[in-house]
Amino acid sequence: MTEGRLPALQPKPVAVVIGASSGIGAALARRLAGEGYRVALLARRGPAMEELARLLNERCGEDTARVYVHDVTRYEDVPRLFQRILQEMSRVDAVLYVAGVMHRVDLEEFDFAKDREMLEVNLLGAVAWLGQAALYFQGLGHGHIVGISSIAGDRGRVANPAYHAAKAGLTTYLESLRNRLSRRGVHVLTVKPGFVDTPMLANAPRKKLFWVISPDQAAADIVRAMKKGKQVIYTPARWRWVALVIQHIPSFIFRRLSF
Amino acid sequence: MAASRTRSRKRARVHPWTDAPPLSWDRWQRAFNFGRSTWRPSWVVRPTQVDEVAALLDWAGKHGWRVALRGAGRSYGDASLGEGHILLDLTRMNRILDWDPETGLLTVEPGVTVEQIWKHCLEDGWWMPVVPGTMFPTMGGMLAVNVHGKNNWKAGTLGEHVRSLTLLTPTGETHTLTPQDTPEAFYGVIGGLGVLGVITSVTLQMKRVYSGDLEVQAWAVSNLEQALRDLDEAKDRFDYVVAWLDGLAGGRALGRGQIHVARYLEPGEDPHPARTLRMEHQELPETLFGVFPKSVLWRFMRLGMHRPGMRLVNLGKYLVARTVSHHKIYRQSLVAFNFLLDYIPHWERSYGSGGMMQFQLFVPKGQAYDVFREVLRISRREVPTYLAVLKRHRPDNFLLSHGVDGYSLALDFPVRPRQMPRLAAMLDTFHHLVLQAGGRFYFAKDASVTPQVALAFLGEETVRRFFALKDRYDPQEVLQTALYRRVFQPLRTMLALPRSGTGGNGSSTG
Repeated sequence: MTEGRLPALQPKPVAVVIGASSGIGAALARRLAGEGYRVALLARRGPAMEELARLLNERCGEDTARVYVHDVTRYEDVPRLFQRILQEMSRVDAVLYVAGVMHRVDLEEFDFAKDREMLEVNLLGAVAWLGQAALYFQGLGHGHIVGISSIAGDRGRVANPAYHAAKAGLTTYLESLRNRLSRRGVHVLTVKPGFVDTPMLANAPRKKLFWVISPDQAAADIVRAMKKGKQVIYTPARWRWVALVIQHIPSFIFRRLSF
Repeated sequence: MAASRTRSRKRARVHPWTDAPPLSWDRWQRAFNFGRSTWRPSWVVRPTQVDEVAALLDWAGKHGWRVALRGAGRSYGDASLGEGHILLDLTRMNRILDWDPETGLLTVEPGVTVEQIWKHCLEDGWWMPVVPGTMFPTMGGMLAVNVHGKNNWKAGTLGEHVRSLTLLTPTGETHTLTPQDTPEAFYGVIGGLGVLGVITSVTLQMKRVYSGDLEVQAWAVSNLEQALRDLDEAKDRFDYVVAWLDGLAGGRALGRGQIHVARYLEPGEDPHPARTLRMEHQELPETLFGVFPKSVLWRFMRLGMHRPGMRLVNLGKYLVARTVSHHKIYRQSLVAFNFLLDYIPHWERSYGSGGMMQFQLFVPKGQAYDVFREVLRISRREVPTYLAVLKRHRPDNFLLSHGVDGYSLALDFPVRPRQMPRLAAMLDTFHHLVLQAGGRFYFAKDASVTPQVALAFLGEETVRRFFALKDRYDPQEVLQTALYRRVFQPLRTMLALPRSGTGGNGSSTG
């Protein structure tokens, strides 16, 4: 009857996954639900999430997942929506910002509309959501903040200036959050994936891809890092060594490289 | 249905929350239970006036927020926690409204603590008729679970000494409840887990005492059978009867321990009542052996909180009981005898980071021996109890009553994540043993009872009457504690009871 658990002492934690309709976000939602979390699924596209929520509620118990249709660039909606989640799900223990866009950009192309959207979704939306999460968690002295940055944020390469800038900004923002919040008992995790087989990868040049992992593998790495209280992880982990090299390539060489 | 005196005292003011949503983020905090075994995020409000409470309840109901009531937060389980949402902490509503040293009638606000009361009344020769093992709980909190003391057989529960109370409901009404005029509501609200309304004032009949001391007797008992027999024999001769058991002893020594009994002194027995009734005579010492500060003792106790350590402590305690204090008769102050739990400040923290939990089972006297023997045996094998306390009880008239004509056994367990599945399985076994014996559970301590177990021990009729009161006083279900949501709300569905309100999610804040 008690399923080896005392619900009074071990209430199920709640994770808010922003960008949960596909890719890493959806995989994270499945993984977290499997680990005993209840999940709030946020994304623009409702139907995909409804399907995921139905699946999770079937598999992990009713009221495991709830769907909130939300556009991350509507920053002013964030406080009220966060409060609505608190009201409907009773608590929030982890906020994971997974939403991201990467447009295909040619080497000579400078398109402000594309660049703006990448900055808004990848960086400003994250600042709106994770800042809100920080506001709530710092009072509690508890919580996980997870931001999906990218190895692309480690260096400004020729490929996609606005994307690199957004991810670099996110990495630095998360580091600041960590420095502010770790003393208050809040855990901040920066995730830097390499190539993950998600819809976003459709915009990347196929032939250059290697070490591609599934979203489920990435989600497993992320959830394990959350549990261990890691600060920065690469997924898969071997990207750490690539990043180490890239970070140390001097500019006179780096600006001549074609990737 | 008279309006309460405090209601009319002040007009409604502008409250910090009325301009929300969103609720201000800086009020969110973790609220822990007393065992420090769990917490809930809570938007905490600490009002001082009844109209603030009324305004908050009204506002919460309109915006779809639930409200949980909390006193000193001394419940071991989740009775004083909300499942998220708003936590209404009443500890600042702590005024003593009226005290009559002639009749012993005391009227207080819900946040008044046992400590405040004895310090206020004892010098006039009055003591609370029923006190729990600590002086820090509030009146509102104690009545929400209808606490008992070591004198349960003689004096019953605290609720039996309440002459009247004022109830503010989430619908904004104020009711005066008495056992004579409104028995259904009175016996339901006391022990009603704080979900039927806010008790805004209580009139209590105090007990006359002729000394600040009790006459105490202690003796060792070598097994469970003797402990039960001695308690039963002592129950009519003494006011207070309680036994400590060594939960780690097994075999023929299973249930060995020490009995403590005490009686109030008759007029004239104490040659200097004015002296013993004074506060100076009552205060608990702040140091151990005159030098060691008790305030840090829990940190050292933490080092011994494991099976061998507690075996040693329990054995030592038993040996002292067997030798030094065996059949000793002595006088002890009311405070020192009653508030054993306050001897070591923050003792609950000594259980370590996972906290502790208490499980108290109430079993009719005929079945007590069999059930307790089984429980102690299983506990020794599965998850050892570090402290076991045995008391004698009697039934009472309250709706959600834990009283039986029998005994209760209270067991303290450390909560450790790794042994959680074992602990849960063991408690599940205990539930079945208690239910089979026709026993009961106590919500002040509870963290494990399931809706099915609650239904089985309370009975369908009782649950229906409880929900009838809930629907009458709080149709929108604004008042919901974590305990209420865990144990009672599922019963509505199980009993196919209609939900009269919108369930605290009426008009959304969006």
